[in-house]
Amino acid sequence: MIPVRSRSAAHRGLVAGLAGWLLLSLSAAADAQERPRYGGELVYVVPTEPASYDGHREGTFALIHPLAPIYSTLLRFDPNDRTGTKVVGDLAESWRIAKDGRTYTFKIRRGVKFHDGSDLTAKDVKASYDKIVNPPADVISYRKGQYTAIEAIEAPDPTTVVFRLKWPAASLITALASPFNWIYKADILAKDVHWYETHVMGSGAFVFVEHVRGSHWVGKKNPSYWDKGKPYLDGYRALVVKDGNAQVAAVRAERAHVQFRGFTPAERDSIVQALGPKVTVQESPWDCVLLVGMNHEKKPWDDKRARRALTLALDRYQGSQALSRIAIVKSVGGVQVPGTPYATPPAELEKLAGYSHDIAKSRAEAKRLLKEVGVPEGFSFSLKNRNVPMPYEPVAIWLVDQWRQIGLTARHEFIESTKWEADLIAGNYEVSVDTQCSYAVDPDLDLYKFQSMGISGNNYGRYVDKTLDDLYQKQSRALDAEERKKWVRDFERRLLDEEAHYFYTLQWHRIIPHSAKMRGWTVTPSHFVNNQLDGVWLSE
Amino acid sequence: MTKYIVKRLLLMIPTLLGVAVLIFFLMRIVPGDIVELRFAGESAYAQKENLDKERARLGLDQPVWRQFLSWMGGLARFDLGTSMWTGAPITEEIRLRFALSLQLAIMATIVAILLAIPLGVIAALRQDTWIDYVVRVISIAGLATPSFWLGIVFILGLLIIFKWLPPMVYTPFWVNPVQNLAQLIWPALAVGYRYSAVATRMTRSAMLEVLREDYIRTARAKGLWEKLILSRHALKNAMLPVLTVIALEFAFLIGGLVVTEQVFNLNGLGLLFVEAVGHRDYTLTQALVMLVAFVFIFVNFLVDLAYAWLDPRIRLR
Amino acid sequence: MAIGRPVEVVADVPEAARRRRRVAAIGEFCRERPLGAIGAAVVLLNIVVGLGATVIAPYDPVATDYGAMLARPSAAHWLGTDAFGRDVLSRIIYGSRTAMLVGFACAFLGATVGAVIGVASAYFAGKVDLLVQRVMDIFLAFPLIILALAVVSILGTGIFNVIVAIAIPMIPRAGLVARSSALAIREMPYVDAARAAGFRHRRIILRHMLPNVMAPYLIMLTAYLGQAILAEASLTFLGLGVSEPTPAWGLMLRGAAVQFAESAPWMAIFPGLAISLAVFAFNLFGDSLRDALDPRLRAQ
Repeated sequence: MIPVRSRSAAHRGLVAGLAGWLLLSLSAAADAQERPRYGGELVYVVPTEPASYDGHREGTFALIHPLAPIYSTLLRFDPNDRTGTKVVGDLAESWRIAKDGRTYTFKIRRGVKFHDGSDLTAKDVKASYDKIVNPPADVISYRKGQYTAIEAIEAPDPTTVVFRLKWPAASLITALASPFNWIYKADILAKDVHWYETHVMGSGAFVFVEHVRGSHWVGKKNPSYWDKGKPYLDGYRALVVKDGNAQVAAVRAERAHVQFRGFTPAERDSIVQALGPKVTVQESPWDCVLLVGMNHEKKPWDDKRARRALTLALDRYQGSQALSRIAIVKSVGGVQVPGTPYATPPAELEKLAGYSHDIAKSRAEAKRLLKEVGVPEGFSFSLKNRNVPMPYEPVAIWLVDQWRQIGLTARHEFIESTKWEADLIAGNYEVSVDTQCSYAVDPDLDLYKFQSMGISGNNYGRYVDKTLDDLYQKQSRALDAEERKKWVRDFERRLLDEEAHYFYTLQWHRIIPHSAKMRGWTVTPSHFVNNQLDGVWLSE
Repeated sequence: MTKYIVKRLLLMIPTLLGVAVLIFFLMRIVPGDIVELRFAGESAYAQKENLDKERARLGLDQPVWRQFLSWMGGLARFDLGTSMWTGAPITEEIRLRFALSLQLAIMATIVAILLAIPLGVIAALRQDTWIDYVVRVISIAGLATPSFWLGIVFILGLLIIFKWLPPMVYTPFWVNPVQNLAQLIWPALAVGYRYSAVATRMTRSAMLEVLREDYIRTARAKGLWEKLILSRHALKNAMLPVLTVIALEFAFLIGGLVVTEQVFNLNGLGLLFVEAVGHRDYTLTQALVMLVAFVFIFVNFLVDLAYAWLDPRIRLR
Repeated sequence: MAIGRPVEVVADVPEAARRRRRVAAIGEFCRERPLGAIGAAVVLLNIVVGLGATVIAPYDPVATDYGAMLARPSAAHWLGTDAFGRDVLSRIIYGSRTAMLVGFACAFLGATVGAVIGVASAYFAGKVDLLVQRVMDIFLAFPLIILALAVVSILGTGIFNVIVAIAIPMIPRAGLVARSSALAIREMPYVDAARAAGFRHRRIILRHMLPNVMAPYLIMLTAYLGQAILAEASLTFLGLGVSEPTPAWGLMLRGAAVQFAESAPWMAIFPGLAISLAVFAFNLFGDSLRDALDPRLRAQ
């Protein structure tokens, strides 16, 4: 997470950051010693609204934040784990993986009830996962592509669910722990498989009360939740507040306890300044990143030397220092969030194109490569970007500036989101800012996009690279952690350095300033995870 | 008179039809597809064959002319359909937001009138004195300040100086009037101040016109108060252009306060509009445009009626 | 809207005399309407600054300086720097260029096209008039923001497209005003006489109707100038106008400026002032111009 060799100013800043991080962890640990208090309503703000209520169908955090507390999942990520990678059971009491990695057996808890009073058994888990893995013809399962390894799902008795795989999949447990994999009632799905798109009924710590469109969501405590003693809260209220400044104002005026996505450094500072000890700030690197995609079908980006030149020009370390003051980006990382199990250590990362600390040398090489390809000095190309202010705008401004240093003129085009997507999909661009957010830090999730066109629905670079696809498959099936690390590094090297198909700018940085009254919540690199609120309590 | 009313009502129809055709085809020219937008978001797992399934469900695979006819048929039955984005009936989506936008428009108009008429009259009575200049400067300042700027200043001011924020959730007036007003008074003031500017100027020139009338001028010996009383009848007619302007602006207020809604965090039609267009939600956008257009045309119609009532030349045609 | 009563067509007068009269008129304007004169002066200042931006601005408006991010106003940076270390004063100066360009282009496009359509419609009357009126009504009923959104979505962002997006809603409004003024003339007996005498359409329109429409046209022009600048600021605020790193006043108020409103208020105050001042000046000038040109008010 922190580069070993660094310039002195950056070093000082980072030491301070480390100290601060330690302090926060210590205070979080101290939190855990206090006894949770019962009662109170948690109020938080959500920036947008989802299209439907069906978690299997949607991919947006706008659905998770207000409705995750209503549902249970088979597995989930440990709410107290800061890396957001440790999987624990929610409905699953325990599980066994066969030696060949092709059979997973889960023991389901007894005594879990849906909010309508009926019992939740293995058949409900099976029906829900059938819908996710193998949906009927007119149903969309957003993450279906993650579960291609699953051959069959069985529920031999009311407390056992068995997953049979076609081949061993290293990330299946993570895939099953997706916060979107809500367990629905089998009887309802049998009657109307679209029911959950417009209705809400789960088995989680909170019961759904109401949703007023464009205004708010309300949930109240589930008195018959399986985890006796929880939840601590009487209920929660999610207010829909679309404007960033209005969200900050809400937290500042103590109308809301928290916003679960993230605020900018400036917003954090204004809240801290206004509320002082009444606010706690938790920060973490984020599993979201802005990428630069180049259209391999347009000259000169079909030549990997030109692509390498673009990534070599970026002084990521200086960018990290400067931009982390004004935008929600910070860490310099590769294909995995720094500090997580499969992330490349900084010493290795430095060897890749664009990650060297010697920026003068990198830029000299960039210029040389451009000359080799025949790109003239002052060459102008368009950089398409999505019209969202944070952090797309500041990062793009930085990119344009960095490329100026090697004699390239990028024309920044700020385009309405829909049109930007459409342009990317149609290949109607030269160079573009692209984005990636995964719900958990996992190589399967984070690397999927970069596979060849035809395999990955999101490969807007329009390239085909069989070696890369092969590496993806290898890492996906490697059950041994060390072996998997090797394949992930190979993938990273080919993607970012040898071929420079896509490259990473800076990792986003998640900053959550929240009311000091809110306890029992730990930040993780994913804003999709840890939103069930069963362990959250309000002090007084 | 009745012939005039009927004629005006009939003229509403081709305009509404024109608006319907325009929005229908405009939305389909704009690039971008709702289905792709929804399922090719931040994650990489969109499956191509599913997108076609969705399009069929939304009726987007049908030929354009058939989509148009089925929509027009729905309109004729006052059935606005369902939102392509959420699947909820459009009447449900619009209901609460329309209530808020309507209330805000009414309150802003009241603020505008309360500011414009007295200021305009005073400025006219004291033309070319420092009072006149001050009034003109104040009203033009209202026109010149960007509305979002004013809103930001309001909110920051309330927050920093009074450490208070207006209610964040809309409660209808009949449920809790205090909370309702506490939320809407600020945007109403910001918007009303802006809209008073044009009305102030028109009131001023209308009042000046009236003051030129001979019978008022010859009453120069009398005081200003007397002049005001004398002119009240003529003032009624002279206020017609002011009425027109206010009416036209009112229609704009219903769907156009996008930036104000964003800054004051209001769940109104303006933001719904922007979202609907951003989502390429054809049905919702079309319904919203028809609603706003209808309000505009209807308000125009009322103004025409008022003109006709007040001006016998038109009435007797 | 108030309609001006018809003016007499100016009789032929020697060129020099006319010029002297114009200069005298300007002087009279400045004396009688000081507010308007001030407005005009500020407008001229804006134009000059915009044209001479490359010479006047102390820094390159897009040059970032990570060492001087969010710096307070000082001798080095008179109005401070923004989140990227770019000089606020230089960005305002260059922004004036964008504002004047957009303002004038939109106002001219909107007012002129609208006036032409309005006058032609009034002149030709009958079915043509009815049809044009309906079409203008349709565009008037159409919400402004949707039109702008649609245009920007189809054409993309960028200065030229923004100009089109802002000018389109102006056209029917201008047309309506022009049409009512022209209508007043059409009813006049001397126009009928002219047609009876066989004068060509163009001559009648140009010599008789146009001068009467001149006054409202000029008023609309100055009103639209201010509105266009505000519209551009709003569109850019919503992310639909020109993009970074182009210096534009609306852009400078977006995002970062409000976030840093407390710690670095100069980022938002000065562009906001620039916009308000420019629009204010245009409106002052237009207001006084209107007073000057309104024949009834002239006859004091």
